[in-house]
Amino acid sequence: MYFQTQKLSVGYAGKVLIKDISFSVERGKILSIIGPNGAGKSTILKTISRHLERIGGTVTIEKESIFKLSNKELAKRLSVMLTERIDPDLMTCGQVVAMGRYPYTNNFGMLTPEDRAVVAEALRMVHAEDLEDKLFSNTSDGQRQRIMLARAICQQPQIMILDEPTSYLDIRHKIELLDILRNLATEKELAIIMSLHEIDLAAKISDQIICVKGDTIENCGTPEEVFNGDFIKSLYDIESGSFNTLLGSVELVAPQGKPDVFVLGGNGKGIPIYRQLQKHRQAFSTGILFENDVDFQVATALSQWVVAAEPFNPVPGAKVAEAKALIDRARFVIDTGVPIGAYNQFCKELLKYARVRGKLILHHVEELVS
Amino acid sequence: MNKSKILRYQIVYMVLLFLIALALVLNVNTGSVNMSPVKIFKIIFMRFEEGSVDSNIIWRIRLPRVLMAAILGGALSVSGFQLQTFFRNPIAGPFVLGISSGAKLAVAFAIIFILGTFSGISPYVMVLFAFLGSLITTGFVLLFSQKTTNMSMLLVIGIMIGYICSAVTDFMITFAKDNHIASLTYWSMGSFSGASWNSLGIITVVVAIGLFCSMLISKPMEAYQLGEGYAKSMGINIRLFRLILITLSSLLSATVTAFAGPISFVGIAVPHIAKMLMKTSKPLVIIPASFLCGASFCMFCDLIARTAFAPTELAIGTVTALFGAPIVISLMGKQRKNKQ
Repeated sequence: MYFQTQKLSVGYAGKVLIKDISFSVERGKILSIIGPNGAGKSTILKTISRHLERIGGTVTIEKESIFKLSNKELAKRLSVMLTERIDPDLMTCGQVVAMGRYPYTNNFGMLTPEDRAVVAEALRMVHAEDLEDKLFSNTSDGQRQRIMLARAICQQPQIMILDEPTSYLDIRHKIELLDILRNLATEKELAIIMSLHEIDLAAKISDQIICVKGDTIENCGTPEEVFNGDFIKSLYDIESGSFNTLLGSVELVAPQGKPDVFVLGGNGKGIPIYRQLQKHRQAFSTGILFENDVDFQVATALSQWVVAAEPFNPVPGAKVAEAKALIDRARFVIDTGVPIGAYNQFCKELLKYARVRGKLILHHVEELVS
Repeated sequence: MNKSKILRYQIVYMVLLFLIALALVLNVNTGSVNMSPVKIFKIIFMRFEEGSVDSNIIWRIRLPRVLMAAILGGALSVSGFQLQTFFRNPIAGPFVLGISSGAKLAVAFAIIFILGTFSGISPYVMVLFAFLGSLITTGFVLLFSQKTTNMSMLLVIGIMIGYICSAVTDFMITFAKDNHIASLTYWSMGSFSGASWNSLGIITVVVAIGLFCSMLISKPMEAYQLGEGYAKSMGINIRLFRLILITLSSLLSATVTAFAGPISFVGIAVPHIAKMLMKTSKPLVIIPASFLCGASFCMFCDLIARTAFAPTELAIGTVTALFGAPIVISLMGKQRKNKQ
């Protein structure tokens, strides 16, 4: 293992915040730390980059303790990207990036042609060649993060530690930044450790994930191991609303009350209707959804009652009866316009049933409101 | 660093050197006694009429004075640049850490208790006291700087120490004799009139050492501009760096205060002027630029102080602020326009 922590305890002023932190990263891999606000993700990152005194345990790079390395030695192996917002006076982006050469330059910080080549290469890697002569104070958040990343690249480290690199960025820049990180890990054989707020992105970018909660590491492993079932809900203490680990999507609090509306969904037609009903705080039931239908994922989060059927099998009569019972209890039925084919003929039957029972059949949520 | 930048640096340095040369000539050339430039040239370079009144005016008064204005003005500006970088605060100047108040307190003490008691004491006593006063206050600030990591807190502590010193000074003044108060007031307005070759020698040595060391720490200073966290991650020992920076900056401004009294404004304004002229804040470029800029600025201001209402001399602080502030304001306005 290239980078390893064992029984590490971190905290401030001798007070332990998180203990027994043991994890390791190989070169070329990305490890993400997730966990609720204030859980101590930054504290861990600051300790393993030696910005904070450790309280106990060890941190090693290639079996060598980082606490025994000189400042300069460490700077040549490990570089960071902090959450600290910087505002250097009259410095161009190129100058900021070139500061990454600090551990390599002479006593006056003069850049050699090789240093310049490294700077140019770093700017190329973050797609910021055109920013070189621009004043750092005149750049956007997305540009800033890329420049700070280029600075960290310039240090030619073997391990890079990033504290919430995607904060402040819009979705396009988040994707761009993570893509650059993946390239870095592969091309430069970097071990990357970062904290992320966006758990959906963490699942997609990371080779390994550790979850911090309370005073311990609650869980660690590959994204597939960590993101299953309701783990995220319990990690973040989500009591209302939900996070779908399969889709990586967030659903707000499910409307409570008597399901006055039955939604005839399927084929993704149900999702916009469910979300609109959620906005109106209208409780509803829905069906009949095959479990592999994308509607099913959202319906389970928002609906009071979901009539679900096993995929790849004909729908049993009992499920149709269950749906009919829900229609009986509802005052309205919303027909989402799900296309009807050979295997969902029950939709026709249910619509007919609703009409016979005198239920109002709507096509839009607005009609329900009026 | 591309070619156009280097060209800019070269041009600005040339202009500053030219201004210094011009100020030198003008300063030596003007005064209550008129002399032709040719005669002055002869006096300086050919030791013409050695021992005559004219020669004495040039050698004993004008020349040391203009050189002192240059060196102290430069030192003050470098000191200001260091503190502005350190505190990341554009209005930090050499005197925010209570340096001038500490010096004033010590000088007040010297005037009231020592000069009052022992007459005919060497003027160096005042210099010595001012210097010690500055360093003692700096010592307190340094002590706190090891305990707190918060820059704004340190700034507040510096200002508070300054207030305490002022309060003690005011307390002493309350019970002081009128002539003592007058000489303290005169001292605290600042002036280069006390120049002599002896003091110039001391000043040159101290400032040269201070400048040399400042250049040596220009590399970590540049990294420090990215913030403490990044500076640390690049391998800088932050505690040591802060200690060295404050010590150097205080040494420079304490020297100025000791020999010329508290000169306001130069330390705050000149670094801005230098940065705006160079369009960079790279310490390796700005430290020398600040020095040259401060030197020429103080030489011209001293010229005005001496000649504007001759034979009455203005306090140097009066001139520096009166002429410097509008320059800074106009430069700031221009810079803002460029940014937009």
